[in-house]
Amino acid sequence: MAGGGDELKLLGMWASPFALRAKLALCFKGLSYDYVEEDFKNKSDLLLSSNPVHKKVPVLIHNGKPICESQVIVQYIDEVFPDAGVTLLPADPHDRAVARFWAAYIDEKLFSAWKMVFKGKTEEEKAEGRKQTFAVVETLEGALRECSKGKPFFGGDAVGYVDVALGGFVPWVQAMEELYGLRQFDAATTPLLAAWLERVGELEAYKAVMPDAGMMIEFKKKQAQQAAAAAAADAAEA
Amino acid sequence: MAAAKKEKELLLLDFWVSPFGQRCRIAMAEKGLEFEYREEDLGNKSDLLLRSNPVHRKIPVLLHAGRPVCESLVILQYLDDAFPDTPHLLPPANSSSGDADAAYARATARFWADYVDKKLYDCGSRLWRLKGEPQAAARREMVEILRTLEAELGYREFFGGGGGRLGFVDVALVPFTAWFYSYERCGGFSVEEVAPRLAAWARRCGRIDSVAKHLPSPEKVYDFVGVLKKKYGVE
Repeated sequence: MAGGGDELKLLGMWASPFALRAKLALCFKGLSYDYVEEDFKNKSDLLLSSNPVHKKVPVLIHNGKPICESQVIVQYIDEVFPDAGVTLLPADPHDRAVARFWAAYIDEKLFSAWKMVFKGKTEEEKAEGRKQTFAVVETLEGALRECSKGKPFFGGDAVGYVDVALGGFVPWVQAMEELYGLRQFDAATTPLLAAWLERVGELEAYKAVMPDAGMMIEFKKKQAQQAAAAAAADAAEA
Repeated sequence: MAAAKKEKELLLLDFWVSPFGQRCRIAMAEKGLEFEYREEDLGNKSDLLLRSNPVHRKIPVLLHAGRPVCESLVILQYLDDAFPDTPHLLPPANSSSGDADAAYARATARFWADYVDKKLYDCGSRLWRLKGEPQAAARREMVEILRTLEAELGYREFFGGGGGRLGFVDVALVPFTAWFYSYERCGGFSVEEVAPRLAAWARRCGRIDSVAKHLPSPEKVYDFVGVLKKKYGVE
């Protein structure tokens, strides 16, 4: 039950899509929590002791006990606070399996395609990243059609597990369009996702946790410059 | 009668040496669930596989009354959800809402199964595929992975947590024990030496019926790695 006796603390980083997922889940559940912003160049003792295996954010600490990995955190929140806000995972076993499948797909495929766009050392690698990104987005359009069954969200009438999983990536989707001209959720090619993007952006919970768009673009720009500099250094050494 | 029986049918599309497929076989055996095993020719995938897993086109795929479930860890959780009266792999939700302790145990199990997925298979592949320094790096990484898992196991007999002896993490990890011998031969190290308690856990699991029945011998796996090496021109 939310409230009395529940201490929730989230270790995150403002630009991390994985931390954003945790924030979204907490917000959709109407749960209050302490937030700790981590500096990746100077990780806190709390982060290192709470997630010694990966040393990454997000980490949710509930009454002193750490939970790591964004998908694990979201499921934990859903299970421990079942009566708070929306229920993220559906009740039907097959629907749950489908939701878990798509969340795993997003983690495995979307993020790795983007990494090729950001960190690709050659133009060929970056072009391959873009190609893979569009293939993934097309697949997600089909996923949305399958899961939503004509309703607004992957979860149906209300947001669900996959909406949170993909929702964390929305600021990057927008930043990538700005920086790379990569229109991923385009009304012409992926109408359902384009509509979903708008709808998600209008949710109160989303607006509450969404990082500043300008800051995100600056951040991604800086990351891209650093990646390019690293690539140039590698090329110079070769 | 035949139609009703068909409704409950479990069909597993799989490939004999796949540790991901073995997870599903062991899970169903632990749960006392009968299933049909169908071997896929990965060089010539069946229409059923391609239709059932159009996104990844990979095994394992579990078909339950004709509906596909893909991704081994998703399948394991599905089996818990769909067959709640069988021994659980993950600690089950308490009847009272929001049991934080059970939820925490589930979160821990999911974390470690995810760790196995993220680390073990990939590192193992690098051990047999690479040579020289990259292979040495893979070996160092593998030793660290095994030690990390051993530390999590602690002094317990099993990772446990479910209704039977084997829990979610045991089932997620145990198929890779059939690859330990191959890792050792390719990497030039000994699991017994670097992680003796994990090696003992592997032997303990190997004595359990469901595991003994569904895991290939380490020698067979090593032969298979030999075939792969030839195929990829590694030597």
